[in-house]
Amino acid sequence: MKQSGDQTGGQAGRLSGFARRAAISVFTVGVTLFARFVTAVLGIWVDNKPSRKRRIYFANHASHGDFILIWIVLPPRLRRRTRPVAGSDYWLKSRLRRFIGIDVFNAVLIDRNKETRTRDPIEIMQEAVDGGASLILFPEGTRNETDEPLQPFKAGLYHLARARPQLELVPVWIENLNRVMPKGEFIPVPLMCSVTFGPVLQLTGDETSEAFLARARDALLALRPAHNGGAA
Amino acid sequence: MSIHPDLLNLLIGVFAILVAASTVGYVLQRRLSPDGSNKSIENLNDRIRAWWVMAVLLAIAFAGGRAGVILLFGFCSFAALREFMTLTHSRRADHWSLVAAFFVVLPYQYYLIWVDWYGLYAIFIPVYVFLLLPIVSALRGETESYLVRIAEVQWALMICVFCASHVPALLNLDIPGYEGRNVLLIAFLIVVVQLSDVLQYVWGKLAGKRKIAPRLSPSKTVEGFVGGVLSATLVGAGLWWMTPFTILQAGVLAFVIALLGFFGGLVMSAIKRDRGVKDWGHVIAGHGGVIDRLDSVVFSAPIFFHLVHFWWAGG
Repeated sequence: MKQSGDQTGGQAGRLSGFARRAAISVFTVGVTLFARFVTAVLGIWVDNKPSRKRRIYFANHASHGDFILIWIVLPPRLRRRTRPVAGSDYWLKSRLRRFIGIDVFNAVLIDRNKETRTRDPIEIMQEAVDGGASLILFPEGTRNETDEPLQPFKAGLYHLARARPQLELVPVWIENLNRVMPKGEFIPVPLMCSVTFGPVLQLTGDETSEAFLARARDALLALRPAHNGGAA
Repeated sequence: MSIHPDLLNLLIGVFAILVAASTVGYVLQRRLSPDGSNKSIENLNDRIRAWWVMAVLLAIAFAGGRAGVILLFGFCSFAALREFMTLTHSRRADHWSLVAAFFVVLPYQYYLIWVDWYGLYAIFIPVYVFLLLPIVSALRGETESYLVRIAEVQWALMICVFCASHVPALLNLDIPGYEGRNVLLIAFLIVVVQLSDVLQYVWGKLAGKRKIAPRLSPSKTVEGFVGGVLSATLVGAGLWWMTPFTILQAGVLAFVIALLGFFGGLVMSAIKRDRGVKDWGHVIAGHGGVIDRLDSVVFSAPIFFHLVHFWWAGG
């Protein structure tokens, strides 16, 4: 990486010069405007409010736009320190994805493939949290392409909570984005979306992985808006 | 684009009313709800603020002339359609009909208004889209709730695009002796409809006893309805100077507009109750969604358009 004319401190490693920073700003503004145009996204806080404490936002995952919506409804002062956890297999594939994933959203990249990976994902997430970041995590592991509202959770959320018990775990329900851009389609349909933040969850001392993951999953499902609309 | 003196007078009147409303809202808030705890007063102030935004947007659009008005209502249609489609049963198989509705039908309808092709914009959605869109959905082979799905898309397009586009279509009417002033017809329609809504609310709060349709809309009362529609009729008659109508004609048209506006609100409430929501959306603080504010305009615009078209613009 080039280091020319860099004086931005913490994020120095990836930013190289004015052009790159400008590209990041333009992209961020463009993506934000576009997402608002298509979804008019509304952030709803239920028994919870934005906080500077380190948090794990765990959300349902149906679309590549999920973390963008969460990111947009967070107050700007919290955005910079909130990093999505994403699969390196996807986000390192092309220069554009690398730019979006790493430069714009500062994603914490983990290798989802057990065979090829050289580092434990939990370790990488711990490092990010210890560095002061809050994380956006999709405990289903991959995008949900089934008719079920939520797939079974992977154990990563539990292991992370066990390793760093002081973290606040916040369930985040993203409504409707799966209808905006169903699997395999490339033109989004404009529909109103909402992002609902639920009350903070914490791991209790002796809770098993199964019990905790079930509780977290129920907490997330409880945030689904109750109306008759939408895809049955 | 210069602003017609009549329009200027109207705008000055509207802004004077808004200044008065804001003052009253401010005093009420200081007196009765200094800590923001009185829900009705907070809601009233939210509404007044939203009125300001809407009045300013309309004024800008009017100053922008034809392009400004068409763009403004094009965006209103877009926002309304986005809210409407959110509450429908659309499935993945409808993706392409929805894409077509938003990105082909909507812009094309407003383009037709722009080029003033009456013969096509009057039938494009009720005939062509009505027949063609179900084909797009059928080709995907998903038959579950098929009739419901295609009916919903057509209804959404009729309400949010076809009907709403008749507001800027008023600019296309050729009324002898009224050339260059058509934007005042839009102002007349919107002022009467929105004042009728406000007056119904005020009359309902002051004298409302008997509910008209408790299951649809608990806040609508017989007293609010009668008082609101009648006073809006009087206001409409009093605005005859900016229209091609006589005082009596302006009153009759205002009566029709206010009546349709009221029932438009009732119909759209029935849909909300059916879908189990309180508001259509969340983009306007104090009012809910765009459709919540637009429902009465949408119902009165096409009929107002055709009445004026038939009687004043040579059929």
